[in-house]
Amino acid sequence: MTGGILFEAIIFLAGAIICVSIAKRLGLSSVIGYLFAGVFIGPFVLGFIGNEGDDILHFAEFGVVMMLFLIGLETEPKNFWKMRKAILGMGGIQVGGTLLLSFILFTLLGYEWKVALVISMAVALSSTAIAMQTIKEKGLMNTTFGASSFSILLFQDIIVIFMLGFMPLLVSSDLNITAENHNQQANLLESLPVGLQTLAIIVSVALIIVAGRYLIVPMLRKVSKTGVRELLIAAAFLIVFGISFLMEYVGISPALGAFLGGVVLSNSEFKHELESTLEPFKNLLLGLFFMAVGASINFIIIAKSPFTIGGILLAIVVLKALVLFITGHVFKLKLDQKLLLTFSLAQIGEFAFVLLSFAFGLHLLSQEQMDMMLVITALSMSLTPIIGIVNERFILPKIGTKESIKRPMDHIAKSQKIILVGFGQFGSTVGRFLRSHGVEATILDFDSNRVDFLRKMGFEVYYGDATRLDLLESAGIAEARIIICATNKISVSKAISKIVKEKYPHVEFMIRTKNRFDAYELLNLGHENIYRESLETSLTLAKDVLSKMGFRKYTLNRQVQNFIKYDEDSLRRLATEPERKENYIFKAKKELEQQEKFLNEDFKRGVVDFDNHWDSAHIRKVLNKK
Amino acid sequence: MKKILILFSHPKFEKSRVNQTLIHHVTGKENVTVHDLYEEYPDFNIDVVAEKELLNTHDVIIWHHPFYWYSCPPLMKQWLDLVLEFNWAYGPKGKALQDKICLNAITTGASKDMYCSKGYNSFTIEQFLRPFEQTAILCGMQYFPPFAVMGTHTLSDEELQEYKNNYGKFITLLQAGLTINDFENTSFINDIPQLKQD
Repeated sequence: MTGGILFEAIIFLAGAIICVSIAKRLGLSSVIGYLFAGVFIGPFVLGFIGNEGDDILHFAEFGVVMMLFLIGLETEPKNFWKMRKAILGMGGIQVGGTLLLSFILFTLLGYEWKVALVISMAVALSSTAIAMQTIKEKGLMNTTFGASSFSILLFQDIIVIFMLGFMPLLVSSDLNITAENHNQQANLLESLPVGLQTLAIIVSVALIIVAGRYLIVPMLRKVSKTGVRELLIAAAFLIVFGISFLMEYVGISPALGAFLGGVVLSNSEFKHELESTLEPFKNLLLGLFFMAVGASINFIIIAKSPFTIGGILLAIVVLKALVLFITGHVFKLKLDQKLLLTFSLAQIGEFAFVLLSFAFGLHLLSQEQMDMMLVITALSMSLTPIIGIVNERFILPKIGTKESIKRPMDHIAKSQKIILVGFGQFGSTVGRFLRSHGVEATILDFDSNRVDFLRKMGFEVYYGDATRLDLLESAGIAEARIIICATNKISVSKAISKIVKEKYPHVEFMIRTKNRFDAYELLNLGHENIYRESLETSLTLAKDVLSKMGFRKYTLNRQVQNFIKYDEDSLRRLATEPERKENYIFKAKKELEQQEKFLNEDFKRGVVDFDNHWDSAHIRKVLNKK
Repeated sequence: MKKILILFSHPKFEKSRVNQTLIHHVTGKENVTVHDLYEEYPDFNIDVVAEKELLNTHDVIIWHHPFYWYSCPPLMKQWLDLVLEFNWAYGPKGKALQDKICLNAITTGASKDMYCSKGYNSFTIEQFLRPFEQTAILCGMQYFPPFAVMGTHTLSDEELQEYKNNYGKFITLLQAGLTINDFENTSFINDIPQLKQD
């Protein structure tokens, strides 16, 4: 509106940077930041962008497609097959239940049955973008809740095809032609009988699977051989665009197609390459999408009938939440997982934009009805992260997996308390070994299933976010001697150390780190006990290689110990170098530089031969000189 | 034929000219087990059960090691401390090693004439080995005089070849049933007449 694509880009980017960093500082999800950024730059607050918001919305929906492709990459075919029951069952109950209740609601509100049905279809679907982004941001993808949400969303992706196919049937035949101004009409299925439509869909899905194996992977191999990095980015985009185009052509949701494409490629050697290539684009596009949603909230319509809209919004959210809760119940989710599921999917999703405008094109909805529903959709999406916070901060601590269960402490735990944060691969090994010595660490973890299991095993476990001082306090940080940060998130360890050091300076920290750079950071924060997870394992492997080649094990053992000492020394030496203070944007490059430095130093040390112990050659030399 | 167990301890075997020659010479001989302790337990975490099992299935135990500071390397001491358990190796019920034969095979840097009251080592090898001798006695074993390669600092290759051959021959003699009476007048196995004849 205000001229120039550059200007628009500046507005979007600046809005995102400002709002998201504020949201993050306040401890909120980035989704909220984007949504508010959208509201601020939108037509009703600062007015930087106007009606083009809708176009941007369509463009940015591509972020959802990419997200599904990336999720597909992480889902191996056999796991996907395992999920089929959850997808059909949970998805079926959720969509069916919501559709029915919403239909009743809107009929009662006096809408014509066709209108009520169309609106209900839109209402039944949730937002993949918001839900999955939040789940991924919190690292909850591997929990029951994460998997359930994903199953339901996937089912919605499938069912939306049928909804789009079904809508034209609601229209009396003479009106059918008017729908052509919408891009959904670009697909070739409209003109075909249902049997052929299905066939076309099956063929195109098969095409994706076959092409994935025999076309895409060989293509990627060729591309990677050229060694031109941007060509791989181009190839990644080509794959996603290609699949989306094909899917839209036959009328399937491009997101679903992209997911399938991702699953097919999840076993290929390019999995990680594709992931790292697309990840930043996906995040930016999703951010753009959320901003577009924020910008599309029409405050004039809200101002006209605030109560109707507020009432319907509330009714829809409650109704969706109810169905989700029941779905979770049928599938025997634990209470807290059920609540997470309930609150994270209780919004109308981005598919509603498509469905509603499609229905409008078919004259099934009036302009007024569509606008109202679009506003409600955008509002419900904006509401989700906020409800999520309420749930997380106020409801979950009270119900679901209890933060703590009182349990008589063992004598050692009583005299010298140890707190262990994170009971994943790393933390569990630490905990098991401590326990084998009768030392029962108090565990903090955020995975409720794991927490329950650990409690059954007799551990004292606190459930929740370990960066909350009150949780640390109820876990007994005041009397603790040592706190072990076994989480793989350096940000969590840093946050804990910051709040604990201030109030309980006597507590000693023992921290796991992923790499050298995290170790530097912690060293500069004044931590001494830092454990790089890869150091000793990789040396053990190297030692075993040399042993197999004929080197003596005892000598190798000593050299490994020397190497560790040497490496720890150099770590501490380099940590204080001032040049390290700058940001991590060029981390990869720096890492390479450092590697070079180490290799050079190793080279100067020479092949380790300085260990003269028990070698009598030099004695022999001296004696024979006489 | 007697079964021989060579418990070999050397923290830097790869640098030991003499021990490599000796050990390689006897490795693979029929009914001889060369048990390389430093390679087996680089972290000093000795598997006592396995070690006992090994002792049970052999008749002659040779503690083969360099003679560091008038004694054995630390892992071998660790072995003695851990494996020779009360009521297994010694004590009222400790009969597991009863009547087995035991001896030290050692390498020393200094030559034989330094190991006497007039040499700079003041005492004889026999005297230095007393703790091992008594260990064997306490476990009810017959303690044989040591096989010793001495003066390794100045040893020529030809001399080393002779030691090597003698070590092999001596092990064959042990297998054939050498008895304590065969060394009436020698304090070293190296000096028995059987090794002198070809």
